[in-house]
Amino acid sequence: MKVSYFPGCTLKTKAKDLDMYAHKCAEALGVSLEEIDNWQCCGGVFNTARNEVANKLSSVRALKFAKSKEQPLVSVCSACHNVLKQTNHAMQTDSAFASKVNLYMAEETNYDGSTEVYHYLEMLRDLVGFDAIKEKVVNPLKGKRIAAYYGCLLLRPNSVMQMDDPENPQIFEDLIRALGAEPVIYAMRNECCGGYVTMENPEFASKKSKAITDNASSFGADMIVTACPLCKYNLEKNGNSIPVVYFTELLAEALGVKEDAQNA
Amino acid sequence: MHKDNTKLTEEIIRASGVNPKKCMKCGKCSATCPAYDEMEYHPHQFVYMVESGDIEPLMNSKSLYMCLSCFACIDRCPRGVEPAKLVEAVRLSVIRQQGKNHMTADDVPAKLSEDLPQQAIVSAFRKYTK
Ligand code: SF4
Ligand code: SF4
Repeated sequence: MKVSYFPGCTLKTKAKDLDMYAHKCAEALGVSLEEIDNWQCCGGVFNTARNEVANKLSSVRALKFAKSKEQPLVSVCSACHNVLKQTNHAMQTDSAFASKVNLYMAEETNYDGSTEVYHYLEMLRDLVGFDAIKEKVVNPLKGKRIAAYYGCLLLRPNSVMQMDDPENPQIFEDLIRALGAEPVIYAMRNECCGGYVTMENPEFASKKSKAITDNASSFGADMIVTACPLCKYNLEKNGNSIPVVYFTELLAEALGVKEDAQNA
Repeated sequence: MHKDNTKLTEEIIRASGVNPKKCMKCGKCSATCPAYDEMEYHPHQFVYMVESGDIEPLMNSKSLYMCLSCFACIDRCPRGVEPAKLVEAVRLSVIRQQGKNHMTADDVPAKLSEDLPQQAIVSAFRKYTK
């Protein structure tokens, strides 16, 4: 299976691991991630104003590219996925916005919002299947108690993201189970880590992240998994000392391709 | 009484797509807001202050820069009001003015720390700068 892949700025810089393991695991699962030509940064957060157009064009171009190849568009970073999916939704549902976007890109073909946008986790669940993954696990993560951290961007706004029940999600936990580990359900798994406000007000972000890591630890977790580089940064920098790892790294470990990826 | 802000209010409502009249003033948006303690005006106050055209205090408030864009108030409002979209629209009405950027490129080096992901910088720029 071939899919279009949008890595995003952080996966090429501070979060190279997230990207490298994503590629290795996809390969092991029979999926080829075809990186979008000349992709540009999604901007990190979706601007909800309907009259903000220019800063959504990079996402529209990525969506169009996938469409031209008739492939779903997959990304790993929660923030990229959120921006791509919300932009796509706006193209589908807000005709005034869509016609402005198409005017901006007058030299190109119009885009109608018809690309299917998947987070890598959704690709694992819906295109590969957790059962198929379970069969390919060579190195079950037995005895590990893992707290999935969803944060905000994977789940919200639910009317657009449609990934899972936003208040009681299970996609991450189902993956953890497929890998042979035990998921830890804790109250703050879908609360905000402090996000980009960590630049403006680090003490504030630190309070948010500390509460989340303490909550995960108090439910007996040995580690936290996340899909988002900024969540990882905030939780690691400001949390208690519980390890925070990318879900793709755990997946690589379970699939037995972790060393491969590191030597690549 | 505040001054006549009819045009600005209309623009904010249009850009946000929010209908403040749907609000039943239950306060759930503010109760769930992770930035509540850092804000001087809270999400439910954005809703009724925009509705009544009381925009200026919001434009001068640090609340605009403490909102995390976590979308919790959007998902958890029982009336589908989507208060964060008003916070966004008011913030834009400020930073779109000349010289009103909340963060400039010159501010960035002092805010960097070793492992800070690029994502944080681009996100803050998108929220704070035009
Ligand atoms: S989006 Fe902003 S206003 Fe709404 S709950 Fe999150 S931080 Fe609060
Ligand atoms: S949660 Fe919704 S209805 Fe309740 S105060 Fe906030 S905006 Fe109004």
